[in-house]
Amino acid sequence: MSILLFLILSIIKSAVVIGVLLTAVAYSVWLERKVSARIQNRWGPTRVGPFGLLQPLADGAKFIFKEDLTQPHVYKPLYIAAPILAVVFAITSISVVPFGNSLSTPEINVGHWFTIPAIDTPFQITDLNIGLLVVLGITSMGVYGVALAGWASNNKYSLLGGLRASAQMISYEVSLGLSLIPVLIKSGSFSLRAIVESQAHLRWNVWSCPVWYLPFGTLAFFTYLISAYAETNRTPFDLPEAESELVAGYHTEYSSMKFAMFFMAEYANMVTVACLATLLFFGGWLGPVFGPPILQMVLPIFWFCLKVFFFMFLYVWVRWTLPRFRYDQLMAFSWKFLLPVAVANIVVTALYVALRS
Amino acid sequence: MLHLILFLFFGAICVAGAVNLLVQSHPINSALSLIVVMASLSAEYLLLGAEFLAAVQVIVYAGAIMVLFVLVIMLLNAGTEEHTKGSRIAIILGVPGVAIGAVLVAWTLLFRAHTSSVPLGALPGGPQQIARLLFHQFLLPFEVTSVLILIAIMGAVVLASKPEAVAKRHPRETPQELPELVGVRLAGQGKEH
Repeated sequence: MSILLFLILSIIKSAVVIGVLLTAVAYSVWLERKVSARIQNRWGPTRVGPFGLLQPLADGAKFIFKEDLTQPHVYKPLYIAAPILAVVFAITSISVVPFGNSLSTPEINVGHWFTIPAIDTPFQITDLNIGLLVVLGITSMGVYGVALAGWASNNKYSLLGGLRASAQMISYEVSLGLSLIPVLIKSGSFSLRAIVESQAHLRWNVWSCPVWYLPFGTLAFFTYLISAYAETNRTPFDLPEAESELVAGYHTEYSSMKFAMFFMAEYANMVTVACLATLLFFGGWLGPVFGPPILQMVLPIFWFCLKVFFFMFLYVWVRWTLPRFRYDQLMAFSWKFLLPVAVANIVVTALYVALRS
Repeated sequence: MLHLILFLFFGAICVAGAVNLLVQSHPINSALSLIVVMASLSAEYLLLGAEFLAAVQVIVYAGAIMVLFVLVIMLLNAGTEEHTKGSRIAIILGVPGVAIGAVLVAWTLLFRAHTSSVPLGALPGGPQQIARLLFHQFLLPFEVTSVLILIAIMGAVVLASKPEAVAKRHPRETPQELPELVGVRLAGQGKEH
């Protein structure tokens, strides 16, 4: 493949993936409002478009036209940089996530002088052999957006929110990373594509997913899920923005698009976490595939999106069902319960794999 | 060619971040410059073909250790640093010293060292190779390092916890308000409430 073709393909893929991600982010806000309304026996957004489907657009327009307040007491460079950092790190990690098998088209002749060459490219921006570590690294950098927002706002509630966020994310990152190791022991690779392909021995048997396949795969999955909820600052772990104690936590002083950027970062992180859960524990794009070639290309993406959608729904469901932790409970839960469980699970899985081989 | 350009680019960012770290007077700006240094170092590792090291550099240094730096700076609410007599002397002596050292190192590397350049990816950089090195050849140093870290943790606990006699005599003296608000409990004082 020539460099030019590679470059064009990469640009197109990045544009499509970011476009889809941002749309997914917008519509997960809509989903959240609808599901929460359903849970609380109300309607949710209904006025803008059918079922309120255009509500995200209306919200976006509202955010753009709101006054962008910058308080005189903030530390300006970091106050402005913080939301940008948050959203950049949140969006970057999607670049290594694979969505499906691969796109292959034959050579197409357009007229006499122009030929679109044959394309064979995976449904993924880039397949790194350290893909999973890249996601973890970017997630761990994501805490700066929140921490610096809290500090630069120069406001005690924001500062406490930022401090809580950094302490919480550092703590849960440990159990998050450790909970993934059983899957890595089984697959033997950091590449997300290779991890999914290692789950494909029985084409569309759900029982071959690591969740069921490993001795305590379900345990690893739940450890991952709980840590991931804490890592994305979602209820029941949304202490950094606990409105009953800290006004709005780290984004108290932010308005207009800057606030919207934190919002986008949170939902983009949720999407990334849902993608990882799908890829590592539920077989990614694997699922029943049939029909003509075009359908065989599209169906895996459909299965992937369906699984991600399920995890997004689970996020919303959990948020509107469970109450918030107390801060000391949060820390004790991470260090005294989740971490030992994750470590024990690694040992058991390693023994299992060593004895089986 | 592209590798060389990228290598020089990230090298320049790394040096600029390091200089900025020294020039900035506020601790949080210095900490952020250090993060830039760490991140561009990881890009350099990546260009040298050590992709695992690059990822670990970001996860551990830029993502975990520097977050703790920033956390401590935020927790202590450290203000702008002031220049003391000692720091002025350090600047006057240090800047020429660094310049002389840099010239010496560059001169030695350019004219005296009889080494050839290392081709890209010639060094073991993948997770498998590093794991093999760590758990076969360097198993003892690796395990001893973990004991070293354990000792450091124990030292931190000993320093952080007050002697019991002092804590009993002056129960008000322990700084309870701030850690309690933030939710971070200092070691050894969690039992009382």
